[in-house]
Amino acid sequence: MTPLIGTPERPLRAAIIGAGPTGFYTADHLLRNARVVEVDLFDRLPTPYGLVRLGVAPDHQKIKFVTNVFDKVAATPRFRFYGGVEFGKDITLADLKAHYHQIVYCTGAQTDRRMGIPGEDLSGSHPATEFVAWYNGHPDYRDCTFDLTQERVAVIGVGNVAVDVVRILCRTAEELATTDITDYALEALRKSRVKEVYLLGRRGPAQAAFTNPEVKELGELADADVTARPEEVELDPLSRAAVERSQDRATQKKVEILKAYARRQPTGKSRRLTLRFLVSPVELIADGAGGVAALRLVRNELYATSTGALQPRATGHFENLPVGLVFRSVGYRGVPLPGVPFNESWGVILNDKGRVLDSDTKQPIVGEYAAGWIKRGPTGVIGTNKPDAAETVECMFEDLASGAVLEPAHPEAAAAEALVRQRQPNYFSYADWLKLDAIETERGRAQGRPRLKFTSIDEMLAALGR
Amino acid sequence: MNIANILARKGSMAVTVRPEQSIRDALALLDRHNIGALVAVEGDRPVGILSERDIVREAAHNEKFFARVVADLMTRDVITGQPHDDLLSVAHTMTERRIRHLPVVDQGRLIGMVSIGDVVKAQRDHYQGEVDTLQTQLLADEGGPAR
Repeated sequence: MTPLIGTPERPLRAAIIGAGPTGFYTADHLLRNARVVEVDLFDRLPTPYGLVRLGVAPDHQKIKFVTNVFDKVAATPRFRFYGGVEFGKDITLADLKAHYHQIVYCTGAQTDRRMGIPGEDLSGSHPATEFVAWYNGHPDYRDCTFDLTQERVAVIGVGNVAVDVVRILCRTAEELATTDITDYALEALRKSRVKEVYLLGRRGPAQAAFTNPEVKELGELADADVTARPEEVELDPLSRAAVERSQDRATQKKVEILKAYARRQPTGKSRRLTLRFLVSPVELIADGAGGVAALRLVRNELYATSTGALQPRATGHFENLPVGLVFRSVGYRGVPLPGVPFNESWGVILNDKGRVLDSDTKQPIVGEYAAGWIKRGPTGVIGTNKPDAAETVECMFEDLASGAVLEPAHPEAAAAEALVRQRQPNYFSYADWLKLDAIETERGRAQGRPRLKFTSIDEMLAALGR
Repeated sequence: MNIANILARKGSMAVTVRPEQSIRDALALLDRHNIGALVAVEGDRPVGILSERDIVREAAHNEKFFARVVADLMTRDVITGQPHDDLLSVAHTMTERRIRHLPVVDQGRLIGMVSIGDVVKAQRDHYQGEVDTLQTQLLADEGGPAR
């Protein structure tokens, strides 16, 4: 008799695509189960941790401590990492179906939402994520260039990414020099002529997504004064009622901090950061040479929807904000994976609680799952992906119990490894990563920095003596 | 976090019924989909909601109501949500107005349904995630190598 799947004789074989936080949380939930599970975690990049390495700001090292949790997961015996192996290119869905009982997509929200306004593609207008990926050393973005000779910059959006970008733009080279920001970014920012930075929110201060620690940090920059307009941080009646009703002290505090910024007098620092609210860009005005000369903004007012949510509505009042460099951070979307049903409305894989659904029948596809941002959209903090992954893994074990798993022809770890080796001989194992990690931290220590990142795959291979 | 994030991981659309359909049909739908409410639609425009509550209220004093039509029992004054409504406002409104099911519309078109259970679960996961992240950072303060 064939042993049951999930036993030592016949482990459940699961492939996870994407080694960001969700990939690790998913692996963790799978490996903690009483059944015997083997997890192979794939990433198209050689390095693990996803946005913890390449998204989280270099001056927020504390957030990166979560990688200690991920390393513990990676140290479990039935876990393997295949870095530098791209789904849809090096390995296909058919390959995975031949080697695994279950496949989980944890590919995140990799692309920026567009604003859909004229001038968005002028040179000098960039997705904020490109800037982030560049200063954090993402191998695909190391050659990006940003015109930091511009004195006036606007960052559109008030989420974490937008706040990170304004902070990095406003920090001094000395402040950045103690972080793990890449050397090329540090050099470029050292020569930056940026003087005026604007952060633009379409709603009011009470609706801004940034957290209180983040907004406080903006008031403590070494060489940048922060300011806001009194009339924009004063709550409108609807917002005031909502804040009072909810007894939400964090939001009350946030508004207080912003009001205090509006009262601050400039102290003569080299840069000025202005936090703006209730404005939406309607056009990027060209400078005649293909670059940006200004942002045309419309002033918004808030209205309550039937659920009481406050949304912006354009008034007839416009203004031009002269800026030469624009970063947009107005939301993110997942990128469709080859052969995997996609929900265009929400920019996620079509799923029900993490079970991937067939586009036509809307019924679950056996053996395919999604977790994290590619499942629910880009929301929450890193830890939010843990319960999210747990929900998906619960579905996976339910399906295992009911026999709804793939029937791979080669459900052996060795067969999968042979396949990867054949398709991508230069793949990176977790042991490889730990070596790179040790070298990066060692190089950093010499300069009093958390680490000095490798930013190209060739560098990484060379460091491993390959 | 907003309504869109909840709908993104609910594969199914809202289950709908036409106002002229019988309560018998409606009960079959509620049973088959194991849900607590149906959206009554004309085309893709919601015109009412038929919940377990509406049915119980009728059943309590009329044992022969299976052949009546949805339009007779449904609640017509429907509060609807929009994809970008934030979770906090939605949770507040659903609690205050004792709504268990919120049809979600986009430009007048029904695109899904959010139940109070969905909202509670999303909030719980959200808080759990924040707690987990804060704990990780607190533990980091107690030492350990940076990554």
